[in-house]
Amino acid sequence: MTLLKLTDVGRRFGGLRAVDGVSFSVERGEIRGLIGPNGAGKSTLFSLIAGSLRPTAGRIFYEGGEVTGWKAHQAATAGVARTFQLMRVFSSMTVLENLMVGSYLRHPRRGEARARAEEILHLVELSAQADVPARSLTVASKKRLEIARALATGPRLLLLDETLSGLTPAEGREAVAMVRRINDTDITIVMVEHVMEVVMPLCDRVVVLDHGRMISEGTPAEVSQDRAVIDAYLGLP
Amino acid sequence: MVVTQVLVSGLLVGGIYALVAIGLTLIWGILDVINFAHGSYVMVGMYVAYFAWSLLGLDPLAALPFDAVILGAAGYLTYRFVIRPVMGKSALSQIVITFGLLMLLEGGAEVLWTPNSRGVPNPVSSHLNVHLGGIVLGGPQLVGFVGAILFTLVLAGFINFTRTGNALRATGEDRMGAAVMGINVERMNTLAWVLGLACTGIAGALLMNTYTVDPQAGVTFGLIAFIAVALGGFGSVLGAGIAGLLLGMVQSLVSLYASQYGLAALVGLFLVVILVRPTGILGVR
Repeated sequence: MTLLKLTDVGRRFGGLRAVDGVSFSVERGEIRGLIGPNGAGKSTLFSLIAGSLRPTAGRIFYEGGEVTGWKAHQAATAGVARTFQLMRVFSSMTVLENLMVGSYLRHPRRGEARARAEEILHLVELSAQADVPARSLTVASKKRLEIARALATGPRLLLLDETLSGLTPAEGREAVAMVRRINDTDITIVMVEHVMEVVMPLCDRVVVLDHGRMISEGTPAEVSQDRAVIDAYLGLP
Repeated sequence: MVVTQVLVSGLLVGGIYALVAIGLTLIWGILDVINFAHGSYVMVGMYVAYFAWSLLGLDPLAALPFDAVILGAAGYLTYRFVIRPVMGKSALSQIVITFGLLMLLEGGAEVLWTPNSRGVPNPVSSHLNVHLGGIVLGGPQLVGFVGAILFTLVLAGFINFTRTGNALRATGEDRMGAAVMGINVERMNTLAWVLGLACTGIAGALLMNTYTVDPQAGVTFGLIAFIAVALGGFGSVLGAGIAGLLLGMVQSLVSLYASQYGLAALVGLFLVVILVRPTGILGVR
């Protein structure tokens, strides 16, 4: 079953086409990679899917219905969660309160929201820090908190924006295992990632963007052989 | 004994300063908009209580819930038609538009209700004086203080322990982060204005137990609320509350020795704190 479908999606900022004519579909249960050099439009594309930005062209379908131009809170309510490349935890709130912002979405009662938040804290191994302000966490813990917060909203589609970059190799391996565990709970994942070693073993299929355009799509093995991809990464014309 | 009496009286007034300041800091904390017209809404709240007495014969205490609702509705309308169009615009346009509101409300009050002072004679609370070991707690002031503190506690509980309060705080921290958590940020903005101005309505009703109202009556309260918010740390509800109480006591104490300088002392205190600790007493930003 197709969970997410983009047809000819584009976004212009003045004269700049940040995303230009992108079309692909994501099947339920997949882990999909979204790669490309800096400035390729990956984060912008996430914002278009998750409702933080409106597309200026094309159409987006989620679970069979058209959702082009929906608002961020509507996307979250429908089960699309995202993380940000630059962490955006609510820094003066405690770790538990951060998670409750998300868990209230499916559990309007305070007790249940709290219980769900504690469950997820346990899952991402942050229980010990439940009552500390989020600003005092380490970078790696903040990243985990941001994923946990997205999970707390009860998503069916999770958009991870460079969650694994900037981690030490050990932290990275832990994070890869965590992404697998999340995917095993029937949550479809689209991940923006720079680190090819991460994308290769983890993703079922990969979409490659360059200058806002989709230059390749296929299994990790296929795209890494693709002449256009190699040129884009090595900076050839 | 005199000093104790003066400090207690100051504390009682400070309760109302705290309530007005909390309304202001709520709007600032969630929308990053400074409402320069905040004091003018206190003035409108006082007129609402005055007219509830003169037209309907209601005591200011009986008028309090209506005052909260009417000013809350004013908060909705203000956000919807005046503030929302300038959201995301420059800070200057937001300052100019709330300053314009101040002029409009004060000018409008002059035209509609004349510059004369009006008061509610002999309110129910004036029969509630409490004598406590040589100190007199004036009934109107005591009622004002208790009312202000009760409402402040209710508001603090709401913000810290409910779903909507949690969503409000998240919105204040990071609007986009809150939106992707499924929070309707637009609704939170509206709510902040409704609650923030409901505070001025309650303060207005409580103030009519002691003060008279005229179109300029809100200026002092607006200024003191602004000082309390800056002292307490912008956006900190608890900080604004504590600063409000403190300012009431300082003003009262200074007035005892130099009756003209009560307000000047607050502005002086404000300058000192801004120089020494620009983030305010409990501020973190």
